[in-house]
Amino acid sequence: MFTIVKKTELSDLVILFEIEAPQIAKKAKAGNFFVVKIHEQGERIPLTIADFDRERGTITAVFQKMGKTTSHLGTLKEGDSLSDVTGPLGMPSHIEQFGKVVCVGGGVGIAPVYPIARALKEAGNTVISIIGARTKDLIFWEDKMRSVSDELIIVTDDGSHGRKAVVTVPLDELIREGKDIELVYAIGPAIMMKFVCATTEKHAVKTIVSLNSIMVDATGMCGACRVEVGGETKFACVDGPEFNGHKVDFNLLMARQRMYIDEEKIAFEQYKKKTGVQ
Amino acid sequence: MEEKKEEKKPQNRVPMREQNPLVRAKNFMEVPYGYTPEEAVAEASRCLSCLKPACRSGCPVAIDIPSFIKLIREGKFIEAAWKIKEDNALPAVCGRVCPQEIQCESMCILGKKGDPVAIGNLEKFVADYERDRGEVQIPEKSKPTGRKVAIIGSGPAGLSCAADLIKSGHQVTLFEALHKPGGVLIYGIPEFRLPKAIVEKEVAYIEKMGVEVIVNAVIGKLHTIDELFNEHGYDACFIATGAGLPMFLGIPGENLNGIYSANEFLTRANLMKAYLFPEYDTPIKRGKNVAVFGGGNVAMDSARVALRLGAEKVYLIYRRSQAEMPARKAEIHHAHEEGVEFLLLTNPIRFIDDGKGNVNAVECIKMELGEPDQSGRRKPVPVKGSEFQITIDVAIPAVGTRSNPLLTQSIPDLVLNKRGYIVADEETGMTTKRGVFAGGDILTGSATVILAMGAGRKAAKAINEYLKWSHWETRTFIR
Repeated sequence: MFTIVKKTELSDLVILFEIEAPQIAKKAKAGNFFVVKIHEQGERIPLTIADFDRERGTITAVFQKMGKTTSHLGTLKEGDSLSDVTGPLGMPSHIEQFGKVVCVGGGVGIAPVYPIARALKEAGNTVISIIGARTKDLIFWEDKMRSVSDELIIVTDDGSHGRKAVVTVPLDELIREGKDIELVYAIGPAIMMKFVCATTEKHAVKTIVSLNSIMVDATGMCGACRVEVGGETKFACVDGPEFNGHKVDFNLLMARQRMYIDEEKIAFEQYKKKTGVQ
Repeated sequence: MEEKKEEKKPQNRVPMREQNPLVRAKNFMEVPYGYTPEEAVAEASRCLSCLKPACRSGCPVAIDIPSFIKLIREGKFIEAAWKIKEDNALPAVCGRVCPQEIQCESMCILGKKGDPVAIGNLEKFVADYERDRGEVQIPEKSKPTGRKVAIIGSGPAGLSCAADLIKSGHQVTLFEALHKPGGVLIYGIPEFRLPKAIVEKEVAYIEKMGVEVIVNAVIGKLHTIDELFNEHGYDACFIATGAGLPMFLGIPGENLNGIYSANEFLTRANLMKAYLFPEYDTPIKRGKNVAVFGGGNVAMDSARVALRLGAEKVYLIYRRSQAEMPARKAEIHHAHEEGVEFLLLTNPIRFIDDGKGNVNAVECIKMELGEPDQSGRRKPVPVKGSEFQITIDVAIPAVGTRSNPLLTQSIPDLVLNKRGYIVADEETGMTTKRGVFAGGDILTGSATVILAMGAGRKAAKAINEYLKWSHWETRTFIR
C-alpha cells in the first residue's frame, strides 16, 4: 500500500501529496512520472514526479482537481492509502551543462518543471524560470522555484500576482534581449506549450516539452498516448514524455486529450451526485 | 462407474452447449457452459486409448492425455485434474484458449474418420470440476534450496515457470508491471472467453504454492536485472515480458480519436473493466459502427468485445481470405454466429475524419490472391479502382505487436535480434547474459498461451540445472 504521508492544499484546486514509495523514490529522476490508481474500480492516471526524497522514501505529486479521479484523489487525507502506484516511468530529462536555460511552468506544470530546474541548476546552468497561472491562487512553489533559479519571473493572466501577461511574453523578451538562451523547458497545458514553441521556434531556440497524453498501462503496451513528433507516431509513455517541442503536433495532442470529454462529464456528474462533492 | 462400450464408440463428439449467439453477443458471460459429468464421461469414452498416443506429441507441454481421459471415463475427475497438473499448471486456461485443432486434437486418430476426441473440452471440464469442488491440491515441494529466482512478467510463460521452480524448492518472485497478475490472460483475453475469476484462482494457486507475486513492478525502471542479482540476491532471472508494443496500420489518419490498438481496446475492456463504466472509472468508446483489422484471435476478441459494448455493426476486415486466418477455428465460428461481418480480401488505405478529430470512415481497397509469398500463402494484391468507404466511429487495428524495449534497453549486455527480440536458446531460454533466461513472446514475437507456457517450463528446467551446477555455456545459438 502506498500511504499519503503529507497533504498540502496549494490552492482550492491544486493539491500536493507526498506518497510513501521508497523503491520509486530511490530510482526517480527529473522528468519521470508514475501511474496511480486509487482503488479497485479506479482508472490509471499518470502524474509527474514533482519531487522525491530518497531518505524519507517519498515521492511528491501535484495535481489539479479537474474531473472524477482527481477530485476523488483530492478528498484523500494524510494516512490514507492508494491501491496502486507504479513507477518511475518515462525517460528522464536529459540534463547537462547547456549554459543559459529558461524553465517555463504553467499552472500545475510548475510542479514537474521544478525538479528539472533543480537538476539543471545543479549541473551548472544559469536558470531563469518563468511560472504562470490564470490567477494568484493557482501560483505555488514560488520559494522553491526561486531557490533553484538565478532569476524568477511570475506572471498571471489577470495580473493578481507578478506581471499581467502570459508566459510567452517575458520569454519572448528574454530571447530578444539577446540573453543567449541555449534551451527552453516548458511544461504546462498543451495550449501553453504550443505557444511557447511557436515563440522559441521563431528564434530557433531548442525547446523541450513534457506531454501529458491520456495513458492506460504507461509501459508502451497500448498506444493510448500516441503523439506525432516530426511526422512520426511516438508513444509519450516510453519514448517520452519529453520531446523536441518544435516537432510536436500540438493540435493532435489537444484533440486526443479531449477524446473522452463526454465520458468524463458523465463520470464526474455521477460522482458529484453520489458524494455531494462540488 | 462401469463403462462397457469398448466396441461401439460413438462417432460424433458430445456437443458443447453454448449461450445463444444473439443473447451472448450482448453480455460478457462465458460462451460455452461446459460439460456435465455425464457428458464428460460420454466424450471420454470415445477415446480409443491408443497404444502410441499421437495426441500427446501434439501437445506443446506433452500432457499425459490418454491417462487423464481414462480417469474421466472412470469418474475420477479430481484425479484427472491432478494428472494434467503434472505437466500443466493452468489447465482451466488451456482448456479454453489452446488451439487444440492444430495441436492434440489434430493428431487424434478418430479425427481421420470423424470428430477427434474433444480434448480441450475435457481439460476444461476437469479443471473447473476441481476448482468448483474446492479440492485444489498443492503439490509437494522439494526441500528449500536457498536459491532465489526472479521472474519478470506474470503471463502464461512466467506463471508456468514459477510453478515448476517453486516445486523444485527455490524461492520464486514474480514481478508484474500492471496492477494485476496474469499478463495477457488478464488484460488481453476477454471475460466471455476466459473468465477473470478463473485466472485469479490460477494465480492464487501459484501463490499458495509459495510464489511471491509483486505487482506494480516495472523491471528495467524500478530495478534493473543487475540490481536484482547484486542487491536483491537473486541467482537467476527469467524474462517473460511478452510481445509488447502494438503495431498500427501505417496509413493516414490512424491517430484520430476512436482508433484503438487492439491492445488498448482489450486492456480497457478486460483489465480496466471499461464495459462497466461508469461503475468502473475507465472509459471506452462504444462504437455504433466498428471496424477491426486483422485475422487472428486478437482481432476476433476485439470484434466480439465491440459487439458486446453495443455496436450495431462490426466489420472484420482482413486482407487475405478466411482460409489464411490465423485465429482459432472456434473463435472465427463464434464471431460469425454472433453477427460479425467479415470483409475478406480487403485492405484499409486511409482513415477519414469528421472535422473534429474523430474517425468517421475508412477507405478500403479490394484485394485478390496472387503468387505465394515467403510464408507460402498467396500474396494479396490490390484490385485497381476497387476503393470504397465504410462509415465507422471506432476502428481497431489488431495486426500484431513489436518487441517492447522498456526492459531490454536497460540491459546493455543482452543481445537482441534486429527486430528487438531477445536472442536465446529455444530449448533452454538461455540468453547471452549469465543467469538470465527468457521465453515466450519476447523471444518469438506474438504466439499462443500454450507455447509461452511450454517455454516457461523449458526455462524452469534449464534454470534448475543452472542453479545446481552454476554452469553457463553459451552454445551455438549465438552467432
